[in-house]
Order: sequence, then C-alpha cells, then structure tokens
Amino acid sequence: MTATSVLATPFADDASPPSPRTLPESNPAMALCVDNATPSASGTPETDGSPRTLPASALAPLLERARDFAASILPPLLMLVVLLGVWEAACGNPESNLPSPSRVWTESHDVIMHPLKGVSFDATGVHIQDGGDVGIAGHILTSLERVAIGYGLSAVAGVALGILIGQSLFAFRALDPLFQVLRTVPPLAWLPISLAIFQQAGPSAVFLIFITAIWPIILNTAAGVQNIPATYRNVGRVLALSPASYIFRIMLPATVPYMFTGLRIGVGMSWLAIVAAEMVQGGTGIGFFIWDSYNSSLLTDTIVALIWIGMVGFSLDRIVGWIGRRVARQG
Amino acid sequence: MKHQAYLSLEGIGVTFPTRKGPFTALQNVDLAIEKGQFVALIGHSGCGKSTLLNIVAGLVKPTRGVVLLDGGVIDKPGPDRAVIFQDHSLLPWLTVEENVRLAVDQTMKDRGKAEKRDWVLHNLELVHMAHAATKRPGELSGGMKQRVGIARAIAMQPRVLLMDEPFGALDALTRASLQDAVMEIQAKLNNTVVMITHDVDEAVLLADRVVMMTNGPAATIGEDMAVTLPRPRKRIEAAETADYNQARQAVLHFLHQRYSNPSDRAA
Repeated sequence: MTATSVLATPFADDASPPSPRTLPESNPAMALCVDNATPSASGTPETDGSPRTLPASALAPLLERARDFAASILPPLLMLVVLLGVWEAACGNPESNLPSPSRVWTESHDVIMHPLKGVSFDATGVHIQDGGDVGIAGHILTSLERVAIGYGLSAVAGVALGILIGQSLFAFRALDPLFQVLRTVPPLAWLPISLAIFQQAGPSAVFLIFITAIWPIILNTAAGVQNIPATYRNVGRVLALSPASYIFRIMLPATVPYMFTGLRIGVGMSWLAIVAAEMVQGGTGIGFFIWDSYNSSLLTDTIVALIWIGMVGFSLDRIVGWIGRRVARQG
Repeated sequence: MKHQAYLSLEGIGVTFPTRKGPFTALQNVDLAIEKGQFVALIGHSGCGKSTLLNIVAGLVKPTRGVVLLDGGVIDKPGPDRAVIFQDHSLLPWLTVEENVRLAVDQTMKDRGKAEKRDWVLHNLELVHMAHAATKRPGELSGGMKQRVGIARAIAMQPRVLLMDEPFGALDALTRASLQDAVMEIQAKLNNTVVMITHDVDEAVLLADRVVMMTNGPAATIGEDMAVTLPRPRKRIEAAETADYNQARQAVLHFLHQRYSNPSDRAA
C-alpha cells in the first residue's frame, strides 16, 4: 500500500538523524521543475576578507579556500561567457529573428535598469501601481503574491490531505485513484474551469496554482506517513501517546523529509503554472509581461523576463529546500 | 485459594489468517511469572517468541487466552509495560534526553518540570549515558543507543520490563558490557523482566529462569528451567562453575537435540 513510484525514500538510514542529504534532490516522475543540485552549491566556501596582512602560516588555508571557491565559481562563469559569445556570434546579424545579447542590452536597457518602476515601498508594505507602465520586478511581485497565496493554501491542504490518506487505509483507497488521475491534468487545462468559477484573473490564477501544486504535496506527505517505521509507531503505542502528541511528536517529524520533497516539487510547479496562466489571462504579472512584450514585438524584453523567471524559480526552490533542511534538523 | 502470579499468561494461542488458510503460531502457552523475576525466553527464529512478548506488551492481541498483570487483564499497550526494542527505536529527531523525557512525560504527568528532568538524568546515569544527554541518536554507537533505550524503559518505572532481543544487533564485546549494565540495574531495581534472546550464555547469565520454546508452527513452552546461580554474577567466575555449565548444557541440549533449528532440518 505504499503510495506510488512518484515518491522518494528519504529515510534510508533510520539511525541517522535527518540530515541535509536525506532530502532528495529530485524526483524522477516530476523532475521537470526540480533542478539537479549542483555540487558546487553546497560545497562553496564563503569568501573571506583580504588575507594580505596575515603571516604566511595562516595564509595557506585561506589560499586553499580561495582556490576551492574559484574552482566552483569559475566553470559556470566561463560557461556563461562562452554561451553569450556563441549566441552573439550566431545572432549578431541585424536580420536575425532572435536578438543577440548586445541587442537585448541596448533595446531593453530601460527594462533591465529600472525593474522597480511603478513600485513603491512604505511602512504599510509594497505598492504596485495599478495598470500603466510597471517595471519587471513589479510584475514578478504580482506573480509571487499569487503564488504565495495559492501555494500557501495548497501546502496546508496538501499536508492535511496527505496525512489523512497516509493514516487511513479507507481514505487512501477512496481518494488515491482520484488524486492519481487529477495530478496528470496539465495546469492550463484547469484554466477554463477556473475562469468560469472565479470570473476574474487574480483569483483564478491563485486557484490554478493551488490545484497544480497540491498533488505532489499530498502524495509525498502520504508516502511519508505510510513509511513511518513500525517501531516509531510502537513507541507511540507503548507510551500511550494521545492522538495529538502522536501527530506532533512522532508522525510529523518522521514525515518532514517526504513532506518537503513534495513542497519543493510543488513550489516549482506553482511557478510554472503562474507564468502560463498569466500569459493566457493577461492583466498583470510576469506571464502577462512576456505575452505583452511578444505582442509588442519587444522580444528583447521577453528575454529579460525569461532570465528573471529562471532566477526567481531557482530561488524559490532553494528557499523551500533550505527550510526543509532546517526543519528536518530541528525535528 | 489458588496463588495468582504477578504476571500470568493463560492458555495463549495465536492464529494468523494467511492465504493458505489459518496459521497457528502459538498454542496453549501458560506461564506464571513472579514479581521481581527475570525470565529469559529462548527459542529458534520463527518460534513465536516475539509474538508472545508483543502480546504481553499489548501490541498483538492473542486469538485465545488471556494475560493478567497484577490481576488486571492486558488488552492494549501501555507505559506500565515498557519495551526495549532490538533496534532501540529512539526517535532520531530528539536528543537522548528528549527521548527519555518523552517517556517520562507520559508516566509522570503530575510531576514538576525540574523533578522530571532530574529523573531523566538519574536514569541516564544508571546506564552511564548522562554525558550524552544533548546528543542525537545518530551521533551514538549501537551500544550507546541501546543504553539509552534501556534508560527510557526503566525511567517509565514499568511493572514489567520487556526486552525483545535487546542486544541481538550488537557485537559480542558491546553485548557483554550491556549485559553487565542490565545485571547492575537489575540488582538495584529488581524489576520483573521478560527478555527474548537466542543467546544461550546471555539467558543463563542474566535470568532467574530460562523458558525454552518449541519450534513453530503451534509453538509452546517446551521446558522451564530455574537458574540457581547466586547473584551478583560475574561472567568469568560464573562460567567456571558447574551449575552454570549444567544450565548451559540443558539449554543447548533442548535447542539442538530435542528441537533443532527447523531451517537446518529443511536443508
């Protein structure tokens, strides 16, 4: 009755406390939005202050660290330069359909240099100008707000439903087939229904995020609950823990690594879905920005937007991964 | 009036439904254990000794028969029957102290925080693990983990202490030092203990009574032997006495002649 092949098995070694490594980095079936962790990301030592004034004996380890740092930062940097060079060479011709990096820089200079146009900060929070000329960061913030709401709701509901079907065999048998079918529905296929229900772009985008992110959260949480080692359950039974303390002292801590696998996949899928949803619906948000720039034949703006989306998506994934490691360590 | 033992198993039988029809694991198990007695349960793998222990723990319900503890019927698990599991079963996200504290919180609900804390540390001292109170199980060796498992169980002040092959996963040297620790604690606390083992020396050295189980299916108690060696027992000296060797021979004879290992016979 273990849930599905969609699921990773983080607690390979039950003896060791959940360590950073017990959080699986990717999930084959839903890996499209989970990056492969680069070894450099965890192995990068911090940069240090200038070692010039230190005696030679203290210099050696610093040099060592500097070398390690350079070794992990240089290859991607080099690759970036090569990539930009090839791109420039291939698309340098003014006739080219795809703008070259230098054209992106000159034509979208305003978009690149003024991302916060139309966005103001004060004590009450962030204010994004309604309509009109809003900078790219403003669109990103609009999208992030929708993701925060939709993903937040799906995290709460997903964990709750995951615990339910993980704990109750009846609920598992009743709901798992439904979830297995629904999770294969692509985010955009929900859009017409979502629009019909909510009538407005904002709420329907939030719903789309919710319905996209919830499945991996449910299924991984359920797998975590089902894979709680029998001995942990027996500890709970012998100690006659109340249901509430069983949930908080044993079930949730034991499930955390699985749960965060689901949450991490979910946040990546949210980000995929929001861009698609906003492209179709229009109005505001980074997806709309892309569609709008395409319609205005401002392909260079689209390229800038792609870079922003990639960076934000990467950050979201890392943030959730980091939270997962923190929580797993503390239990 | 018939004398009622402290812990008594009466007519215990267990039948599991399987695809090939019902399988009888245990049949007609009667066992009476006095307060403060240390009983070792020995038998080949698959003879149902773990099932028997789980029945006393309340984790498994017998198909037939009843277990009485101090006159009351056992029908569910409870902290008055602490279990020391073979795999120690410490929760890896809690520190050593928190693991023991979880058990103490359940058994000393009406006590103050300071008192509970002192009790946790006292029990960790009994197993010589107070120094590791703030460590997590993952940072400890197998033997140290099992010491903490013992501390957790005795901290619950159970009416019966159940040990399910507690040292089966440890190397011989660690096992010996843990056995010494158990004898030391037993001398102080005089618990009622049921220990499952498949180690003949362990059974004879630790127990007041060795209960030998026949092979399954439908396993039952084959022989019940008192070990009369004086306490405190020292492993080297005890091993040189005639009583020890006689007891050891009796168990070996039972296990290897009368009821030899079923998997060997099949081969």
